[in-house]
Amino acid sequence: MRRLLFKSLVQGPLTEAAPAADDAAVAQLAAQVTAEARKRLGRTLAIREVDAGSCNGCELEIHALSNVLYDLERFGLRFVASPRHADVLLVTGPVTANMRQALERTYAATPGPKWVVAVGDCARNGGIFAGSPACVGGVGKVLPVDLHIPGCPPDPTALLKGLLALLESSAGRSQA
Amino acid sequence: MDWPHTIVDREAWHQAAERLRSTEWSLLGLWGEPGVAHMAVMQAGQCALLSLACEENRFPSIGRLHAPAIRLERAMRDLYGLEAEGSPDARPWLRHESPYPFLPVEGESLHQIPVGPVHAGIIEPGHFRFTANGETIVRLEQRLGYVHKGIESLMAGASLEGAAKLACRVSGDSSVAFALAFAQAVESALGVEVPARAVWLRALAAELERLANHFGDIGAVCNDAAFALLHAHFGLLREHVLRAAGACFGHRLMMDGVIPGGLQRDLPADGERVLLELLALARKRFPELVEVYDDTASLKDRTVDAGILSPVLAQQFAAGGYVGRASGRKFDARRTPGYAPYDQLQFEIPVVQAGDVNARVWIRIQEVGQSLGILEQILRQLPSGPVCEPVARHAGEGLALVEGFRGDVLAWVRIGDDGRVERCHLRDPSWFQWPLLEAAIEGNIVADFPLCNKSFNCSYSGHDL
Repeated sequence: MRRLLFKSLVQGPLTEAAPAADDAAVAQLAAQVTAEARKRLGRTLAIREVDAGSCNGCELEIHALSNVLYDLERFGLRFVASPRHADVLLVTGPVTANMRQALERTYAATPGPKWVVAVGDCARNGGIFAGSPACVGGVGKVLPVDLHIPGCPPDPTALLKGLLALLESSAGRSQA
Repeated sequence: MDWPHTIVDREAWHQAAERLRSTEWSLLGLWGEPGVAHMAVMQAGQCALLSLACEENRFPSIGRLHAPAIRLERAMRDLYGLEAEGSPDARPWLRHESPYPFLPVEGESLHQIPVGPVHAGIIEPGHFRFTANGETIVRLEQRLGYVHKGIESLMAGASLEGAAKLACRVSGDSSVAFALAFAQAVESALGVEVPARAVWLRALAAELERLANHFGDIGAVCNDAAFALLHAHFGLLREHVLRAAGACFGHRLMMDGVIPGGLQRDLPADGERVLLELLALARKRFPELVEVYDDTASLKDRTVDAGILSPVLAQQFAAGGYVGRASGRKFDARRTPGYAPYDQLQFEIPVVQAGDVNARVWIRIQEVGQSLGILEQILRQLPSGPVCEPVARHAGEGLALVEGFRGDVLAWVRIGDDGRVERCHLRDPSWFQWPLLEAAIEGNIVADFPLCNKSFNCSYSGHDL
């Protein structure tokens, strides 16, 4: 334990430095999200994740956003435990018939202004599960979707880019 | 895999239930299709498939004598209208159309805590109904099926390519294991000889998947015991594995890499270098982290003696993976029935008897060491040559059992004359682990549930299909 702690003292942070030129997407987000989020919502955007039938692949990559390399919170984005504390619902999955009501209730419990981000290919239109009688077929069938982040699953950088796009597009919207 | 398929009558079906009850046989799977019930069993390391034509959609309940079959039978009725005669639990399971009657609870000073389907963390949905006396859980009742996507109905009539993609998405964390199980079942059905290089690279992908999940979950268990330091370090190791997987297989979770006939594509030119670097890093970092886990009394205080699963139950439910091996059940599909290339690889199957959270973590720690060794052996012996063999299109039936990180994944497929899937059933190890969590949590405090739950880490999606 002492060795580990000592190492972290001399090693410096593991979080990836904001790169300058070619791989600048993550670094860009760091600057822009701070400016936008501050203007709209103070300094943070609180996210409530809802799995509405995903295969759990999207959840794994959403989890990865919080590891030390991506360190989501440095962008002012954080996950919260209750929809009542959330600004954004991050919804995955083709929306199964069995999750429809729970998703609607979660949305109803989220105070305005609120945004819905559909994550992954099946959240758009059911994806590979489209046509199944057990699935409603896409988050848009149940809730008004503000943004869709494609991918099966989207990787953490794609997720970060998408959340930034949401901030930009919501800039002109009046408070609900 | 060689496996006899027997069409049985009701009497033989009933005898099978008796053999399962006496633990002479282990239940590998129980599933349906319109008018027919199928059962896969294992006896002395040999798999066998039994099928029963269900007159008037009825068959003698296996669950009546052998509890692990109960939820499977409830699913059979929901999906195919097959009625298990004499089943002790006739409630629906995967269909959620009517109000659900939870089991009655009677006693003094009891209260109930309903949790889910939407949980506080970034977790899959499911409902847990706790009945507690003060802080102590006296019963947990699970209600699952929230992520039921109708995968079997989508499989029926799918092309082999489409079905392989679906298999990858039964449980995203076990994408390689499911793709491999499906591919092996198809190859067994159609008599496909997979090129040697593909066989070895598939094992490489499977071990990477095991590493990524073990790293992530060991860290997450520590996090649920309020020890965030290890969570951060293990999360970093997991990320390194995912990046190496992405570099080598074109997808961080290696989805759609394993296909019937072999692999979608070969390793890139720098693939072996990327993997050797990953192994060197893991060999260096992992022992330091294990030392911290082992030397931290506050962490051990939470994991030792929490959520004990008895070896008797693990045996009865034929619990696979670390859940079984932490409770004395020494079973690993890589060895029994076994498949290539593991017959040419040296590795141990760790097993302990304690059955608590610490034991499940400890088994996973040991398995990381074994997987690292396997990966090193694979990289040393990797044969050259093609990675895919064209798959003929004709009718056939195949069964496969593959060891995923969570335990043994069963795949059964029947292919029609047109080369398309007629029926396919994929059984996640969670089917036999979820009920054991209900047993293991009894007598623990409510606050220890997340910790115990994470130490099982059952799949919701894999179970709900």
